[in-house]
Amino acid sequence: MNLNTILLLGSIIVPAVGSLLFFGGFPKEDSSIKKLSYFVFGFPFIASILLFLNFDPTQEYCFEILYSRMGLQELGITFHLGLNGVSSPLFAMAGIIGFAAGISAIHSGAERLRLYLALLSIMLSGLMGLFASVDLFFYYLFHEFALIPTFIMVGLWGGRDRRGIALEMTIYLTLGALISLSGLVALNVMIDAPKFDFPHLSDALTQVSLSDRSAYNIFGLLLFGFGILVALFPFHTWATRGYDAAPTSVSMLHAGVLKKFGLYGLIQIAVPLLPQAAECWSPWIMWLALGNILIVGFVAMAQTSFKAMISYGSVMHMGYCFLGIGVCSTIGVGSAVMLMCAHGLSVALMFLLASYVRRRTNTFEMEEMGGLAAKTPLLACFCLAATLATIGLPGFGNFWGEFGVFLSLGENKEHFTFLILAALGIIISAVFGLRAMAKIFFGSESQEFQKSTTYSSVSDLCKSEILPATSILVPLFLIGIWPLTISHRIDLEIGQRYAEFQSQSSSFKPSCCPDSEESTEEGNTLLP
Amino acid sequence: MESYLNFAKDNLWGEIWPELTLCLGALIVLAIDLFANSSNGKKRAGQFAILFQTILFVFHLLDYLLLRHTFDRESFSGMLKHGIHQDITRSFFLLSSLLVSVLAQFFLHTRKLRIGEFHHLTMVATAGLMILCQSQHFIVLFVALETVAICFYPLVAFDRESPKSLEAGMKYLIFGALSSALLLLGIVLIYGVGVNPEAWGATVPNTSYADAFSFHAVYQLITENSDHSLIRTGVVLILAGIAFKVGAAPFQIWVPDVYHGAPMPITAFLAVSSKAAGFFVLLTLVNGPFSGLSEFLLPLLGFIATFTIFFGNLAACTQKNLKRMLGLSGVAHAGYLMVAVMASMILPGSSDRAVWILFFYLFTYLLASFAVFGVMTIAKVQNDSEHEFTDYEELLRKVPWAGLTLIIGIGSLAGIPPLAGFIGKLLLFSVALEAKLYLSILAMVVGVVISIYYYFGWIREICFHPRPVFEDDDPKHDVWKDADRVGFIKPLLLSLLFASILLGIWQGPLGDAF
Repeated sequence: MNLNTILLLGSIIVPAVGSLLFFGGFPKEDSSIKKLSYFVFGFPFIASILLFLNFDPTQEYCFEILYSRMGLQELGITFHLGLNGVSSPLFAMAGIIGFAAGISAIHSGAERLRLYLALLSIMLSGLMGLFASVDLFFYYLFHEFALIPTFIMVGLWGGRDRRGIALEMTIYLTLGALISLSGLVALNVMIDAPKFDFPHLSDALTQVSLSDRSAYNIFGLLLFGFGILVALFPFHTWATRGYDAAPTSVSMLHAGVLKKFGLYGLIQIAVPLLPQAAECWSPWIMWLALGNILIVGFVAMAQTSFKAMISYGSVMHMGYCFLGIGVCSTIGVGSAVMLMCAHGLSVALMFLLASYVRRRTNTFEMEEMGGLAAKTPLLACFCLAATLATIGLPGFGNFWGEFGVFLSLGENKEHFTFLILAALGIIISAVFGLRAMAKIFFGSESQEFQKSTTYSSVSDLCKSEILPATSILVPLFLIGIWPLTISHRIDLEIGQRYAEFQSQSSSFKPSCCPDSEESTEEGNTLLP
Repeated sequence: MESYLNFAKDNLWGEIWPELTLCLGALIVLAIDLFANSSNGKKRAGQFAILFQTILFVFHLLDYLLLRHTFDRESFSGMLKHGIHQDITRSFFLLSSLLVSVLAQFFLHTRKLRIGEFHHLTMVATAGLMILCQSQHFIVLFVALETVAICFYPLVAFDRESPKSLEAGMKYLIFGALSSALLLLGIVLIYGVGVNPEAWGATVPNTSYADAFSFHAVYQLITENSDHSLIRTGVVLILAGIAFKVGAAPFQIWVPDVYHGAPMPITAFLAVSSKAAGFFVLLTLVNGPFSGLSEFLLPLLGFIATFTIFFGNLAACTQKNLKRMLGLSGVAHAGYLMVAVMASMILPGSSDRAVWILFFYLFTYLLASFAVFGVMTIAKVQNDSEHEFTDYEELLRKVPWAGLTLIIGIGSLAGIPPLAGFIGKLLLFSVALEAKLYLSILAMVVGVVISIYYYFGWIREICFHPRPVFEDDDPKHDVWKDADRVGFIKPLLLSLLFASILLGIWQGPLGDAF
């Protein structure tokens, strides 16, 4: 055990222990609750950044921790933590967003704050564990760890119609979780690997060959299971309603981090392990992803509530990640990872800022705002930056992600349709994003807003509000101007993992999918 | 005389010492109750029962762990079989009956019911259950089953003041008698063919057994005559009788009514011990005497499993009464367990993986069920039969420990990770997949998703803000008054809660069996 592994383990255990303390009613006074929660949310933040910096991309897994007698060892399930090139940036992202969400929760003034913080720190513990676990079972278990508090938190502190929405989310997400679980169990049973993690599974696959049919079915289970959890197009209805109703910190963590679970699973497990099946499913993935971009995008344009618009916008941008995965090339998948990081940060920032706007205007309805920039210039700056990031303009991480996805689409003539249609999405998101900015911050104040501010003056951001927003905006900006910070390690990892993939897929044409020319000449570098 | 001595040499009474001791304890409880004059003395009978069962449970565990009776052996001329599985079922029943006794002690005291008889009947029923799972002979099986059933009839109708309880007792009596009749008819059909195969046009087995009731003889008979229509009818009738006991569709009709009316500890006893016993017996039968028929039985069981899962879950969705809901959700669990039984038939021998998974599942079910029924027992609902969702509003805020126990219990029943119930379901999935039971897995996935609706509906009541109260509402009876003063039940329930969480995260050495 060296310092790094302690940090890795600590970033999972500290929030878990913190939540136990909160549940047990340990710090009695409000001030010490706040101090403790600064530590609980701050530790993973600092640990994740240190681990991000200490990461050594030449190793397969850094900072490994292995305990092999957790109980299901006969199924090959072990408690195995570690970070690789894909999980390390996502782990850092989880730490950053967790910190911002925690700080905003501490100052949210929610009723029963102790319970709120307890549930939020369980969620954070699960999120950190999700990206840190190498073992696929614990990867799933940590996801559920993070998911279950969300139901309770939506139900307890949510907005309008929270009881119904909490139930709807629970049922929908349980369905997704169970489908993906059956996919994972099928992987476990059919590829009888000595350990249930990616390297062992892919080793075992070289010896036992999975029949095309079962590979196809398993991939389908994983795709739709994960798809429900990630809000892939026809299964996205829970997400938009859920984020709209959820309290801010939960929206941030769920939309920003937790939803990346499914994409992460597809990228780390499903596609590299079952490449032929991935190609068979790739048209499905891409058409459904277009559904996300265009249909959900148009719905986002029609929203009048700021938060609902952000919810739909976040679901819409998931489509680009799916497109990147659907292309099945190194650059496409790598850009999808990049976009996942950037999207997580920008969406979390948007939800955070929406709650600041709401605190000042007492509404999410954009028609009832206006001219806020004159009173709160700093908030307007932050909001504008976040919006530009979401749209995907250069200067923020999202740009590189989306750019890479377009590049990968452009590599293949067959994907031109997708390229053109997906590019339309940029216009759509620009329309709703910029229009929202115009309505909220510029123009003249609406009558309702004037009325509501006659008795209380509107002040600009205070320190406790600037801290979380900055902690998200800085990394987002950093990726935007210097993408090599994360692209290098993603590139190495994906290049390695998908190198075999490309040779396999070009030599082998499974019977279940139509002939398609898959050529990725300029393979292994992510950045031009 | 010589032959008699030889015969009696096989009667290893020492092998069934836990059952004998338990019966002795039951008699002592009755005696204490008989000679006690004051109500305090009557209460002592219950305290004795709890203490006695705790000691017996510990001794049995020690006996098993230290002496390691892992080899299979038979006694009483092959009528009983002892081995590791039987020892585990014994511990299961002892633990369950201990928990029932603890809950009952509180329940009987608050509802002012007779104490001694209740504990006596529970203990005798448990002894019967333990024998039932060791039987290798249809007469022993039937007698043990009837011992259990006869104890259960009065227990279900124990609250003689309550019409619901009496109604439940009546229904249980009628359905129990019907199921026993079916079982007996099945046994008789097989016996009829077994004693005189030629008369029924069946092949005579090579090795003949003197006793046509013994499982070995039936196994021989069935393997030789697997397509004989009378034998098939007999087997189906026997399975129907057992399906009644476990509450598998289409024989689940009695479940909600009986659970609804029975006193709370007995509902728990029925839900856990009675159902588990049915599954243990089913497991012995389909992997023992009936294994020659597995090709015929598999589609049948598959249909029963799917039907049971869907019926239980869909019917539970509409229930307003929690006891009925739990009954129907128990029906759904019977369906899941049926899948494990099928897997054990498809994968014979392979280190009994399916059997161990079934045991694990039942054990997690025991922990979760008693957590849930335990909290329901301490709820001071005016009428024990009528537990409504609204009685549990904001329990997490009113009595945090009870609320948390209930949430964890329900979550474990629903199979929410990281609780023990989830690991049970995961293992069940994996073994079903290994056995290639794809349709059953589909049914299970859909069933679990449906079950979230009613389980989460209950959790929602426990956690979330209550509905607004209106002025013209009837004044509500405070269900959770003095919920902290429940004595020993509180640490007990908290340890169940802890066990449910622990087994969800760490199974340790248990896992070597999977």
